[in-house]
Amino acid sequence: MQIAARHLDKITILDISGDIDLATSPELRKALLRELRELKTARVVLNLAAVRYIDSSGVASLVEGLKASRDVGSRLILFGLNRTVREVLQLSKLVKIFEICENEEQSVAP
Amino acid sequence: MRLCAKVRRADSILKPVEVLEYAGLLRWLPSCPRRDSVYYLDRRCVRKSASGDLSETKRVIQFLEPEESAHVSRGSLLLRMELPSDPEMLCVVRNALSELAAKLGFSEAECRAVVLAVDEAMTNIIRHAYLGDAERPIEASFRRIHVARDGQSKDALEIVLEDRGVTANPEKLCGRALEDVRPGGLGLHFIRQSMDTVEFSRRWGRNQLRLVKFLHTQRPEKGS
Repeated sequence: MQIAARHLDKITILDISGDIDLATSPELRKALLRELRELKTARVVLNLAAVRYIDSSGVASLVEGLKASRDVGSRLILFGLNRTVREVLQLSKLVKIFEICENEEQSVAP
Repeated sequence: MRLCAKVRRADSILKPVEVLEYAGLLRWLPSCPRRDSVYYLDRRCVRKSASGDLSETKRVIQFLEPEESAHVSRGSLLLRMELPSDPEMLCVVRNALSELAAKLGFSEAECRAVVLAVDEAMTNIIRHAYLGDAERPIEASFRRIHVARDGQSKDALEIVLEDRGVTANPEKLCGRALEDVRPGGLGLHFIRQSMDTVEFSRRWGRNQLRLVKFLHTQRPEKGS
């Protein structure tokens, strides 16, 4: 898995690619918590279009990021959900708790 | 404590041939062949009193093949892997299994489901059975089997994962309520949603997880 960060004003976009599993999810968790808890970024956007695979440990990292965003009063937004990611989120019944946008333009809109 | 169990022959599945109380069951078990036995214990028939202790019954149940196994041919071994319990190896198994499932004729969605189930099962072994130790052995075998079900013979992929880690806690094997939004605890739910059969047992110091996914597409006839 690779994570590349882009910054737009008070928004950070994390472009994630590859597989999110037990080996890589701690890195995603760390990146999310750093943006939300340490840097207090007002809006963190995750671009998941290039994610090939995600498992329950990856979903757990997303949930932890969501909880952190609620704690600090910021927003965590997901976009670019491909079939694999969407299926796993639907299976977890957690798809409704996340703020999900169709594309990057929507996710950074005021 | 009063326990009863129906003990039936595999070839007379519809008609229980014996009903034993717990004491009778314990007397009968030493003569019961373990693997490849034609007998099995119908675990749904096991009852216990309010103050009863099921630990002994759980132990003896582990000696016996589960119900479905009595109707399963051993099938053909497709792939066998012995891996260290290193999270970095998960992608290796996913890639191999994805190819294997596709070759067997599973749809793309079914392939993704099988891969997710095995990945989650191995994650559980690494985290819970081996407590994160990355150098313990995990054995995985993949077979094509034929299962008698609903009066029909069905082809299926059988996956057996074995580890030598600590015994799984039966309470944790129940998963958790999905309404409880928190990180973790989803793996078992994913496995159960993805596979047709999920059976856990502990035998001779090993945890064994057996997963079965039925093939819905028919094999092409030879020569067609």
